[in-house]
Amino acid sequence: MDAFYGYMLYGISLATMGGIYAVLTLGLNVQWGFTGLFNAGIAGFFGIGAYTTAILTTAPTHRHLGGYEMPYVVGFLAAMLLCGIIAYLVGKVCLRLRSDYLAIATIGIAEIFRLILKNETWATNGPRGVSEIPKPFEHWPEPWNQFAFLALVLVIVAIVYVLVEVARKSPWGRVMTAIRENEPSAKAAGKNVEVFRMEGFVIGCMIMALAGALMAHYLKFVDPNATDPLLATFLVWVMLIVGGSANNKGAILGAFLMWVVWSATEIVTSRLPDELAIRAAYIRIFLIGLMLQIFLQKFPQGILPEKRPTVPKSNRNSETV
Amino acid sequence: MLRVEGLSKQFGGLHAVRDCSFTIEEGTITGLIGPNGAGKTTTFNMIAGELAPTSGRIIYQGEDIAGLPTHQMFHRGIVRTFQIPHEFGKMTVLENLMVVPPAQPGEHIFNNWINPRAVRAREEEVRDKAETALEFLSISHLRDERAGNLSGGQKKLLELGRTMMTDAKLVLLDEPGAGVNPTLVLKIIDMIAQLKAERGYTFCIIEHDMDLIASLCDPVIVLAEGTVLTEGTMGEVRSNPEVLDAYLGGGEEDDE
Ligand SMILES: Nc1ncnc2c1ncn2[C@@H]1O[C@H](COP(=O)(O)OP(=O)(O)OP(=O)(O)O)[C@@H](O)[C@H]1O
Ligand SMILES: [Mg+2]
Repeated sequence: MDAFYGYMLYGISLATMGGIYAVLTLGLNVQWGFTGLFNAGIAGFFGIGAYTTAILTTAPTHRHLGGYEMPYVVGFLAAMLLCGIIAYLVGKVCLRLRSDYLAIATIGIAEIFRLILKNETWATNGPRGVSEIPKPFEHWPEPWNQFAFLALVLVIVAIVYVLVEVARKSPWGRVMTAIRENEPSAKAAGKNVEVFRMEGFVIGCMIMALAGALMAHYLKFVDPNATDPLLATFLVWVMLIVGGSANNKGAILGAFLMWVVWSATEIVTSRLPDELAIRAAYIRIFLIGLMLQIFLQKFPQGILPEKRPTVPKSNRNSETV
Repeated sequence: MLRVEGLSKQFGGLHAVRDCSFTIEEGTITGLIGPNGAGKTTTFNMIAGELAPTSGRIIYQGEDIAGLPTHQMFHRGIVRTFQIPHEFGKMTVLENLMVVPPAQPGEHIFNNWINPRAVRAREEEVRDKAETALEFLSISHLRDERAGNLSGGQKKLLELGRTMMTDAKLVLLDEPGAGVNPTLVLKIIDMIAQLKAERGYTFCIIEHDMDLIASLCDPVIVLAEGTVLTEGTMGEVRSNPEVLDAYLGGGEEDDE
């Protein structure tokens, strides 16, 4: 029975992390899948979201800025709002760049955020990070608190999914896809491409901030490692590509699937002989790369490829035919 | 309607267009011909706002519009097609047309979440308009096909269809007949004439197919090496020995 209980808790934690990654991947999907924006600095926006809610919701302390003991809702909204503003400023500078330069610029910006979080000790407590972040339902008895948090994450995934899927199928999403497919032609169709791009970038970053905020409350702790490009950028890209770029269901599927795969690699590497075990981190990355190759061989467009909505025929036609 | 004055475009040391001046009168179908590399497409790119001129003016309805961004040209009624089809490959043919009409409420992301009813109502109008355009082009059967899967000629029709999705005033067609079989070229000629008659579009057409130019265009402007060589009816232009020289000269350059 104890073993079962342990597996159950492990399952819940897998699903919770998968859900948080699903939010992140949906954010990236708005940017890359819908609009073709190459954001290689996901970790930065994720980190800002995590720190913002952490500082706002923790109890007062001398270790870092705040805490202001504000309600969760305020933490979440502020994380998204701040990230939106930062994304707007970043976008003002970077979105005019060609897409490959945008990738380089966003890597640089994420690295700057990381250095700020590490070095501005008065605000962030430096490398020691922000701890004792409150967690929704934490006073509920075990394991119900874990279940409840998982439910919260899943509800947020569902809400983000619905909003983003409605947007994808809408005339807005149509313009975004047009820009991705052929920018000169979208301009010739009268679309103000810069404005639409900015919308996609800002909305995507706000969703990433939401994921960061969820993570901070889930772990009750955040330090500059939260902005590790491997876990918070590379892995998210793998999830989206495997799941199916421009397909929101694919993004969610990819997130859960690759999180399970990533966790499974830990089991593999923990059984390695000692001399290899020190290199476990590299081996895990290698395994993920290998998995990506295997999936892409089998599903070149991702497991669930993009599918544009078909517009129902008008009655007008069926009458005349 | 549109007057181009001393228009020039330089790419590094290359003068693609130099000191080019001509007028497109309202209600005409003006032909723009000339050998390969004469600067025809570059001229279109400047009128449509895709390229900013190095110097010169583009006077449209009394206003100098040189250097304005493309989307503003569109909203002033200047609509263009591309020499190489610029379809939205992964979108359906219908969507390729539905994306064009301006000021759709659903283009504002929030309207889709808070006012879906208004969005849906407008979507039905836009869809009907797009279906009408597809019927006009006789490609209704391709409605739900991915535009990237169309043949070259079908893509050319789709290019033309996009100009029908807005209240255009001046339509710039860049080689509507290129890569299209002769029967379809005849159909395209009819369509252009019909659009002019029914919708009052003014056209400017770049084309190498002289039959298309002869049956539609008056006047015809001949560009060579970035400048206007001559201008007149097709008959006048044809009998001008300079024009023949320019084409032959251009041909020689191509062989190099
Ligand atoms: N973006 C660009 N950068 C550099 N050179 C260019 C560019 N666009 C056009 N050119 C050059 O300008 C000249 C005119 O090109 P343009 O496309 O306007 O010719 P065209 O008259 O449309 O020819 P065609 O009949 O072959 O389409 C060519 O020599 C071309 O190489
Ligand atoms: Mg050309």
